[in-house]
Amino acid sequence: MHSVIQALILGSLTGGVYALMASGQTLIFGIMKVINLAQGAFVIVASYLTFSLFQMTGLDPFLLIIVTTPIMFILGAATQWFLLRPLRPDDAAELSLLVTFAVALGLEGALSIVYKTTLRSIMPGYENHSWTLWGYQINEVRFYAFLLSIAMLGVLYLLLQKTKFGRSVRATVQNPMSAQLLGVNSKAVSAFGFGLGVSTTAAAGAVFGLITPFNPGSHYDLISRLLTIVVLGGMGAIGGSVIAALIMGIGAALVSALAAPIWSDFTFFAVLLLVLLLRPRGLFGAKVRGAL
Amino acid sequence: MSALLEVNGLTKKFGGITAVNNCSFEVEEGSITALIGPNGSGKTTAFNIMTGYLKADSGSMNFRGKKIEEPNPARLYRSGLSRTFQQARIFPEISVLENLIVASGYSWKALFGSRTTKADRAQAGEMLEEFKLSTLADFYASELSYGQRKLLEFASVLMSSPKLVLLDEPTAGVNPVMIETMERHIRERNEAGVTFLIVEHDMQLVMRLCNPVIVLDRGAMIARGTPVEVQNNPQVLDAYLGS
Amino acid sequence: MSKAGIIRASAFFGILALLPLGVKPQWVINLLIFTLMYAALASSWNLIGGYAGYPSLGHAAFFGFGAYFIGIIFENSVGNGYNPFFILPLVGLCAAIISIPIGFIAMKTRKDVFAIVTITLLFMVQTLAYNWRGLTGGAQGKGVAVPPFDPATFGRPYYYVMLILLLTAMSISMYFRRSKIGLSLAAVRADEDKAHGVGIQVTTVKIIAFALSVAIAAMVGAVWGYYEGFIYPQFAVDPLITIGMVLMTFLGGRATLWGPVLGAFILVPAQQYFSYEFGATQFYLLAYAAIFLVIMLVLPRGILPTLTDRIRLKAKIVAEANK
Repeated sequence: MHSVIQALILGSLTGGVYALMASGQTLIFGIMKVINLAQGAFVIVASYLTFSLFQMTGLDPFLLIIVTTPIMFILGAATQWFLLRPLRPDDAAELSLLVTFAVALGLEGALSIVYKTTLRSIMPGYENHSWTLWGYQINEVRFYAFLLSIAMLGVLYLLLQKTKFGRSVRATVQNPMSAQLLGVNSKAVSAFGFGLGVSTTAAAGAVFGLITPFNPGSHYDLISRLLTIVVLGGMGAIGGSVIAALIMGIGAALVSALAAPIWSDFTFFAVLLLVLLLRPRGLFGAKVRGAL
Repeated sequence: MSALLEVNGLTKKFGGITAVNNCSFEVEEGSITALIGPNGSGKTTAFNIMTGYLKADSGSMNFRGKKIEEPNPARLYRSGLSRTFQQARIFPEISVLENLIVASGYSWKALFGSRTTKADRAQAGEMLEEFKLSTLADFYASELSYGQRKLLEFASVLMSSPKLVLLDEPTAGVNPVMIETMERHIRERNEAGVTFLIVEHDMQLVMRLCNPVIVLDRGAMIARGTPVEVQNNPQVLDAYLGS
Repeated sequence: MSKAGIIRASAFFGILALLPLGVKPQWVINLLIFTLMYAALASSWNLIGGYAGYPSLGHAAFFGFGAYFIGIIFENSVGNGYNPFFILPLVGLCAAIISIPIGFIAMKTRKDVFAIVTITLLFMVQTLAYNWRGLTGGAQGKGVAVPPFDPATFGRPYYYVMLILLLTAMSISMYFRRSKIGLSLAAVRADEDKAHGVGIQVTTVKIIAFALSVAIAAMVGAVWGYYEGFIYPQFAVDPLITIGMVLMTFLGGRATLWGPVLGAFILVPAQQYFSYEFGATQFYLLAYAAIFLVIMLVLPRGILPTLTDRIRLKAKIVAEANK
């Protein structure tokens, strides 16, 4: 029982971090119907950025997010503008998958050249601290990360619900054609939305670098988890992906605790197949067949 | 005349909007029935349900006297119910001839056989002849004009010798000559025993061609009768004028 | 098949069959083996990614499956050296059987969901390869017994088996084009909902394409594993293998018979040259990504379709002029 509850705690904390990464990806999918296979690679880029900035300045990694967020935003917006926007519309959905995959590999290659493939960690000194509460370990960094995720998700929510940009984005998600007719500049919204989706990786990358050692190849571990979460969440619903992230975080932690860590990846895949079999639109998706 | 297709109490909601609301009607064998109604009255949704593209929330459907459990586009097509789409959906990257053959409803065993057998070509050739598309047989379908595409789509769904064909706005966006051509083909095929259910906005065409006319409004049938009856029905006028 | 087609194919395979007899340097044979390997992989990917239009990102998982299959069975002895080749059909069959339920579920809804499921499969298999040490040897790798082949012509058996696999992949490709499977797949690729609406057995043809496709990929992986002699998870289940076959298919032209082969014959030697010139693998990861992006943006339809379109357009203009 103790190990189950410990796994629940760990799982929800990790799930919170996944939620942050997946919310960005979900946003991108929602706006552009693009499955961004490079989201994991962007997280790793952000981890390295934080790592380097931390080494140079000694500032707290959580503080550095203020610096890395705009950088990631620009990187994301540039990717959309230069690599995705020019694709021919009739097979853009398929090509964008491959383009983002290529971007992921390119980023991995670039990082390998700059940082080599040795595992790195961001170590501000408190990365291993934890509190003990009724005999359960709560890792300090993960806890902060969890709070940060909630805060970032809140900001994202406010941005989408309360600002003019947010309204344009939501209009584009619901009906791209009429949004365009109503004067929404869909090109700008797409680039902005992609940038925004990628900018969430800044915080996620800092946290990821704090809780796990990483190298340029680490995005592979992330991408399949993120994709599973996006599908479970109903592809395009940020709320759904947050819940899915928590479920998967807890599920994986439980499997690691009760069986063995190597089966946690397998869990993701099995859950993915099962959900697709039983609820092809995802746990929280209610979209109708779009082609008609 | 007996009912070839019967729908009973179809209902479909999208979120809070009820697109089709407890809708029931019959399509009699041998008829050219029109399904009309103002925009958003649920015609296309009803089409999509009847052809298995959408799952209704409730309601049932009988085709050729048999209840259709779990409508599925491919199975319905094989059992003699085919449809066209508003935007003329054809397969652009294969030839005009192949567009016909691919729609001939071949069995899964034939999958392993030749792409186009002699029999296929003969059957498709006749159809092309009928629709005066023979000269275009080897063109990619993507090279056709919009009107020709509509014609091709119509011809292709006839390849499986259907009993009932649902046409979704067969003349939308095509020129007057093509409208006449389309009308002539519908009549000829109807005389040969094919039943039609047509969604159409061109009222003159509906009045010339169809009998009976079914009128939908807000997802339910509000009138049914000959074109003249429907034209003089005050409820129908209300629906169209939006009062 | 047209007469010109038969001549082209016979010449191609004839030359390739004679090549090892005349060419002696090991590195050339080695390069040719890898070229044939990727030509076969790209041709196999083309069956599902090209003809059906379902972009699988998980083919490397099946490639790795094949490699480990051989590694696990022939860890200690390969007899006269030809036994692993004889069980290739079994490797293919197993991969095909595994792919059926996955394909059935993953291809139910949408193409991007299929891509997600296959890429997830890839990373799951990669994790298993690293961590299921009892079976795969983990990061330490898995050795295959060394065959008693003559060192002077060591590569030859692998070369010919790869050639046969390429021939198989291309024959299936040709068969698709000439049968109603290919016709149905063309419809599925263009407009799946509509295809469904004209009675095409959409699910059946997609599963046929996926199963045959991964069967070839697994068999190629098996020969690769045997040739390498040592199977490491990072090379056996490598996203670069997936991206390689996709890239080559795109470069040459999707849904064509020769496109994937052409792509492989251009890119594999180029890749070998780059890794010889620049050494570090990191660079060619970057170079690969860059080439890929350039192809996507500049030549998204591939070399062959672009050429045939030009020729068709010219013929049309000439025909119009002669009227």
